[in-house]
Amino acid sequence: MDPAPRSAFRVESLTKVYQTGETQVHALRGLTMDVEDGEMIVLLGPSGSGKSTLVNILGALDHPTSGKVFFHDQELTAFNDGALTAFRRENVGFIFQFYNLMPSLTARENVALVTEIADDPMEAEEALALVGLGDRIDHFPSQLSGGEQQRVAVARAVAKRPGVLLCDEPTGALDSATGIQVLEALETVNHELGTTTIVITHNAGIADMADRVISLADGEISHIKVNETRKPARELSW
Amino acid sequence: MLDRKLRRDLIRIWGQVIAIGFVIAAGVAVVVLSMGTLTSLRDTRDAYYERYRFADVFAYARRAPERLVAVMEDMPGVARVDTRIVEDIILEMPGMVEPARGRMISLPEGREPELNRLYVRSGRLVELGRPDEVVLNVGFAEANNLHPGDEIVANVNGRRRTLQVVGTALSPEFIYAIAPGEFIPDNRRYGVMWMGREALEAAFDLDGAFNEVTLSLTRTAIEADVIDRVDDLLEPYGGVGAYGREDQQSDAYVRSEFEQLATLTTIVPPIFLAVAAFLLNIVISRLIDTEREQIGLLKAFGYSDLAVGWHYMKFVLAIACFGVFMGWVFGAWLGRGMTGAYAEYFQFPFLLYRPDLSTFIGSGALSLAIAVAGAWFAVRRAVQIAPAIAMQPPAPPTYHKNLGNRLAVMNWLGAPSRMIVRHVVRWPVRAGLTVVGISFSGALLVSSFFFLDAIDEMLELFFFANQRQDITVVFPNPRADIIAEDLMNLPGVERAEVFRIVPVKLRHGHLEEPVGITGIDQTADLTRLLSAEGRPVELPPDGLVLTEQLATMLEVTTGDWVEMEVMEGRRPHVTAPVNAISQEWVGLSAYMDRLALSRLMGEAPAASGGYLSVDANQLQAFFDRVKEVPSVQAVTMRGAALEEFEEIMDETMVSMVMFYILFASLIAIGVVYNSARISLSERGRELASMRVLGFTKGEVAGVLLGELALMTFIALPLGCFFGFLLASYMVHQFSNELFRLPLIIYPSTYGRSIIVVSLSAVITGFLVARRVNNLDLVAVLKTRE
Ligand SMILES: Nc1ncnc2c1ncn2[C@@H]1O[C@H](COP(=O)(O)OP(=O)(O)OP(=O)(O)O)[C@@H](O)[C@H]1O
Ligand SMILES: [Mg+2]
Repeated sequence: MDPAPRSAFRVESLTKVYQTGETQVHALRGLTMDVEDGEMIVLLGPSGSGKSTLVNILGALDHPTSGKVFFHDQELTAFNDGALTAFRRENVGFIFQFYNLMPSLTARENVALVTEIADDPMEAEEALALVGLGDRIDHFPSQLSGGEQQRVAVARAVAKRPGVLLCDEPTGALDSATGIQVLEALETVNHELGTTTIVITHNAGIADMADRVISLADGEISHIKVNETRKPARELSW
Repeated sequence: MLDRKLRRDLIRIWGQVIAIGFVIAAGVAVVVLSMGTLTSLRDTRDAYYERYRFADVFAYARRAPERLVAVMEDMPGVARVDTRIVEDIILEMPGMVEPARGRMISLPEGREPELNRLYVRSGRLVELGRPDEVVLNVGFAEANNLHPGDEIVANVNGRRRTLQVVGTALSPEFIYAIAPGEFIPDNRRYGVMWMGREALEAAFDLDGAFNEVTLSLTRTAIEADVIDRVDDLLEPYGGVGAYGREDQQSDAYVRSEFEQLATLTTIVPPIFLAVAAFLLNIVISRLIDTEREQIGLLKAFGYSDLAVGWHYMKFVLAIACFGVFMGWVFGAWLGRGMTGAYAEYFQFPFLLYRPDLSTFIGSGALSLAIAVAGAWFAVRRAVQIAPAIAMQPPAPPTYHKNLGNRLAVMNWLGAPSRMIVRHVVRWPVRAGLTVVGISFSGALLVSSFFFLDAIDEMLELFFFANQRQDITVVFPNPRADIIAEDLMNLPGVERAEVFRIVPVKLRHGHLEEPVGITGIDQTADLTRLLSAEGRPVELPPDGLVLTEQLATMLEVTTGDWVEMEVMEGRRPHVTAPVNAISQEWVGLSAYMDRLALSRLMGEAPAASGGYLSVDANQLQAFFDRVKEVPSVQAVTMRGAALEEFEEIMDETMVSMVMFYILFASLIAIGVVYNSARISLSERGRELASMRVLGFTKGEVAGVLLGELALMTFIALPLGCFFGFLLASYMVHQFSNELFRLPLIIYPSTYGRSIIVVSLSAVITGFLVARRVNNLDLVAVLKTRE
């Protein structure tokens, strides 16, 4: 019998208000949710619905206007700047639409950049092998295709064995075949390392690989769908 | 709309605007400060000379009848004639072991002198029929704390007299009061004083006669003609050769100071301006490179190349104008203070601060022109790119494996360090320019600090390597009967050497220089002749040894013959070979074997005085004894004078150099700050990504500053090297009749420059590092590279 699933993130009445001059933009309006350990979640929603804002707050890149976020019973929203940095360093792996690799470092070095400062990382080579890039480790980003670069980003994100993986449109800049390679990498990590994974996408086709699909609209959760079975990434198409 | 963008951009990068502005301002300020000081001082001096009727020609005779005045007044080109009596006396100053020397100058009874008038600083001029009243020159009075009402005791022509100080005054003739035979002023031990004519006539048996005449010339006069006529006229009366202002000691010194200042102001400011311009160029082109995308966008909207170009030109002009204006204000403000300090130092009775308008316009226009020219290329490059291409990110940096990895150290470095090295190696030109910029500011520092070293070193070398006597004694007339052994009998004397000084005019071709030839013995050790390389120069048995500067001025080399017109005794005209060239840093000198000199003169070997080294503990006994020896007319102690001279140098030249150091530091800060800021804007994305990955602010700032530190580290030795080159150039430019600078750079000079540059780098580093805190982590994720 499995122990009761622990919650990775607990989010309580989260709001985020952007103040630009006279006008206020409510990006999040009192959002409450739970993410379980090891869960794979896909976030859907129209442009401007607050997906990125939510994930950035979960990843400690941004502060909410009000509300609380707990990670494994620690209140992130009470952390100071230094503690947030340490939280990112130890627990969070990010993957962005535009890869955000260091152009001056090779694939291996981009991964090493992170493993050098992590507590219990895997070898850079091992992480790259995990995403199927074992043979391109000494290439610079400019010598890799977009999909390959994104897989380096995945390797970089997972190499430190993070508790959570936050992915903001990881396939947004890729064609479907390449996108699937990247999703397979995410799936592997989620399976083999049990990493809690949140994936933002505009692509409803991807939703089938998630445990739960959360839809946002106008800063609020509009719909939650639980998938009884997850479809392997390989079988997805769009 | 574009203007609004302009304003926002300027505000956005205000730190950089100020830093670039500082660099320009430093260049402009140095020009305005230096030139303004120089022109103001020249104007002040000229006005001083004119208002107080500084004479043009001076001539000394043993005893000439007053009736010659009418003859001289009739000479063509002569405007005014003023005769007087000038005599040297010895003063007993309380609290001073060594005697002081005084120069007495007569004042006409009951009227102002025709020429060389006095500016009375305190008290009054001497009154008719009061033979013991004297007016002191201000320098001597101040150095000895004498005021009207005080008394001084003097030995006047062998008689001890008590003189009443009734006033202190300034004279255009004695801006520097330098004792005969000396090279540097010593206000404590040498004083000029004015006394009634009748009193001096009586004291020196010169009734109805004069022994010095000064003349002023008409505008069209030919000085050389007047000098010849005066020489002819005075020769039967013991004239030793008239001379013009050119050879008037005080004016020569003032001129030498001005020349040094002029050199300082003609060499250094252009270097500052050039460095500032160069940096401006780097900064602007990098700035515009970062604006690439926006330029493409503007063009895509349909703005013409011209409109876009003009937009950025205005941007540059705004920064440059800001800098120029700041430079003007700083420069004028400092210049005013500087001129004041100099005027005080020269003891000018008044001060005209009149910086040339052209200095302002020139420095401003030049800076703007350079800024515009620099911007022009960068803007043109940006404007020429097709909008579609411009809007794309600048071609993604292609790093190659073999590039940075060739460096063996790479294997030892962590990933962040590799980023630093690769970034530098990836843009070698950019990194190079920054390195050059930093090293130039270092070079400016080295050469400015060097200047201070050189002055010290010059004096030290001269007084401790060339002229090593503690004390010089001078006899009133050349004495054949005094030999070194006689001087050895004085208390405390450890070594004594006699010398003979003969005033001559040395001629080579059409070139002529009045100098004193010093005859020294073959065994002489206190006076040392050294070659430029510092090796001893052998004293030839017959010929002359000229100092390098004198040889250069006469255009002679070893083996040439020169004519010597002796201005003393039987005044023979002879020729002599130049057998060697020696190196001395101060003054113009010529040396000869003393016996050979006597043979040339057709006289028995004689001595004009002696060089002594004296036990410092027995000075009191020495001076007490010397006072009783009538054959000793004057005694000077050089070591003490040297210290005081260094002190006055500190007040002027040194403060000017201090400003240069300040501005060089500003430039260093400007360069480093700009490099760091641009680096930050170029790498902001990378650095923000690092923050996202969980690197701390400190670690991220480390990557940014590490690059800066690396460049500064490379720039430091380069800066020292450039500084050395600059210093060599300055040495070359600085030689004049009175002083030459030795090219000796103390290790501490390099050390201090390195410290200033490093400190500038550290300070600016911290300023920039603070910006790492403000990196917008979310924003970088939204945009593509
Ligand atoms: N820095 C900001 N300043 C002002 N408003 C902002 C800022 N960032 C986001 N917003 C606003 O907050 C809202 C939510 O933005 P968010 O980026 O979370 O949307 P999103 O769901 O990720 O959209 P997309 O799918 O287009 O990426 C939007 O209306 C956006 O305009
Ligand atoms: Mg988004």
